[in-house]
Amino acid sequence: MVHVHELGKRYGDRVAVNNITFTVEKGEILAFLGPNGAGKTTTMRMITGFIPPTQGTVTVAGFDLFENPMEIKRRLGYLPENPPLYRDLTVSEYLKFAGKIKGISGDRLKAGFNMAIEKCRLGDVAGRLIANLSRGYQQRVGLAQALIHDPEVLILDEPTVGLDPKQIIEIRELIHNLRGDHTVILSTHILPEATAVCQKVVIINKGAIVAVDSPERLSSQFRQSERISFTIRNRESFDPQKVIALSGVTQLTGDPAHEGTYIVETELGRDVRSDLARVITENGWDLLELKSLTVSLEEVFLHLTTEEQGVVSTPAGVS
Amino acid sequence: MKNIFALVGKEMRLYFASPVAYIVAAVFLLVSDYLFYAQIVYFSDLSTQMMQFQQNLPQLNIHLVVFRPAFMNMGIILLLLVPLLTMRLIAEEKKGRTLEFLLTSPLTIMEIVLSKFLAAFGLYLLLLVLTLHVPLILSTLTTVPMKPLLTSYLGLALMGGVFVSFGLFASAVTENQIVAAVLSFGLLIGLWLISPGSEGAASTPMGVVLSFLSLVSHLDNLLKGLLDTRDLSYFLSMMLLGFFLSHRVVESSRWK
Repeated sequence: MVHVHELGKRYGDRVAVNNITFTVEKGEILAFLGPNGAGKTTTMRMITGFIPPTQGTVTVAGFDLFENPMEIKRRLGYLPENPPLYRDLTVSEYLKFAGKIKGISGDRLKAGFNMAIEKCRLGDVAGRLIANLSRGYQQRVGLAQALIHDPEVLILDEPTVGLDPKQIIEIRELIHNLRGDHTVILSTHILPEATAVCQKVVIINKGAIVAVDSPERLSSQFRQSERISFTIRNRESFDPQKVIALSGVTQLTGDPAHEGTYIVETELGRDVRSDLARVITENGWDLLELKSLTVSLEEVFLHLTTEEQGVVSTPAGVS
Repeated sequence: MKNIFALVGKEMRLYFASPVAYIVAAVFLLVSDYLFYAQIVYFSDLSTQMMQFQQNLPQLNIHLVVFRPAFMNMGIILLLLVPLLTMRLIAEEKKGRTLEFLLTSPLTIMEIVLSKFLAAFGLYLLLLVLTLHVPLILSTLTTVPMKPLLTSYLGLALMGGVFVSFGLFASAVTENQIVAAVLSFGLLIGLWLISPGSEGAASTPMGVVLSFLSLVSHLDNLLKGLLDTRDLSYFLSMMLLGFFLSHRVVESSRWK
């Protein structure tokens, strides 16, 4: 749906975005992940046609950005970092205007308006001036503006910034529900957001892509072994040898912070959780908790965006 | 075309959502009515004097005594007020980041800039229409010559188009509305003051150029009731110049 090929942007000598190439399939949600100033916004602005790139090509729905910018703009919904709102208009005036300049009118405008109001839960504030709305509502109006013409591709620049936790969850749910019908590119520097809603993550640092993959695969790429943590109550009768004897287990360590909690490391690709559970119950150690540990996206991200090389070795986060 | 309707509608809605349009209109009406009043008082003084002399003089021309000078003074008032109407046009969109919204919508820059021009020009014409009550009232008391009145309004409308398009350009180069207003004051006052200086200088090559550029002399022709294509083409080309520059500036703002 969206093909970005060797896209680059230079401001004088400063390279803002360098040779970015990626593809988003129809119905996919892709997250742009990167620290502040990594070039996320610049890249998105280039895809929307707001900033012309200095090199490379962008194709959206088969249209080239240079040859057919209008066709692309018709198919694109864009929410910039700061929602582009006219503060002196009411929510419904603004959304109707947005629909009209996106090229819809009549019944389609009415339908799109109702859909956007409903999806972004703006029914209560439709008649109010945008200037009087809270930041969270303004953000939702911005999102409604991007949705109103039911675009094939949505580009959302930090869609959850400035919202309270409840609103963040609502917006993420909304974005999640767009999957399938819409192709979504969103940028964020909040990692759980990427894990929560995306199928594909592009990690970008200093204007260049450092990794492209699904959140799960990215995490697994950086782990050398599968790790499982379990907690038992009956510590006295615990016999480490019986656990190590299980096939595939390479190491067993106790968690110094929590008594009765142990971490088992196994060979890659082995899942010993059921065997482990059986051993524990058969020996009457009283199993309290058993879970597999994965390297969180956070660690992958830190690893990729900081200079230090080497394997992630910090205590794993829990997913 | 639909896009232009939507854009002009939004501009108009924003004009009347803020107090600026109302205040500008109120101040303009107050001052312009005073200008008419002053000329009418002068006109009646002149008439009384002439009656005292009881000479067989031709009748005083109400257009030349009342309307022409009042319209000329009104030009100066408009020169001061129009920048206040145009300063927000593009500067506000830049500051509020809504220009990005417009430029990423399926709109051409032509449509965006043209509808800004049309909205501000429409408001300007509305201001002119508000002054029509003066000739209307006067026409109940005396015969008001229609043709010079029409060319005068045409001249004021064309002058307004030039003011608006220069103001639009000033608004396009900055995101600060005050800067935009001051810049357009500068441009418009400059345009207003250009003249060959003296009668003698008018025949020198420089004088010819200056007198062609002089807004006041072109306006005065129309205020006198003279309809000349040279004046019309002057106003239209100045309008186009301001419009073209605005278009270029908006276009190039994407490249920075």
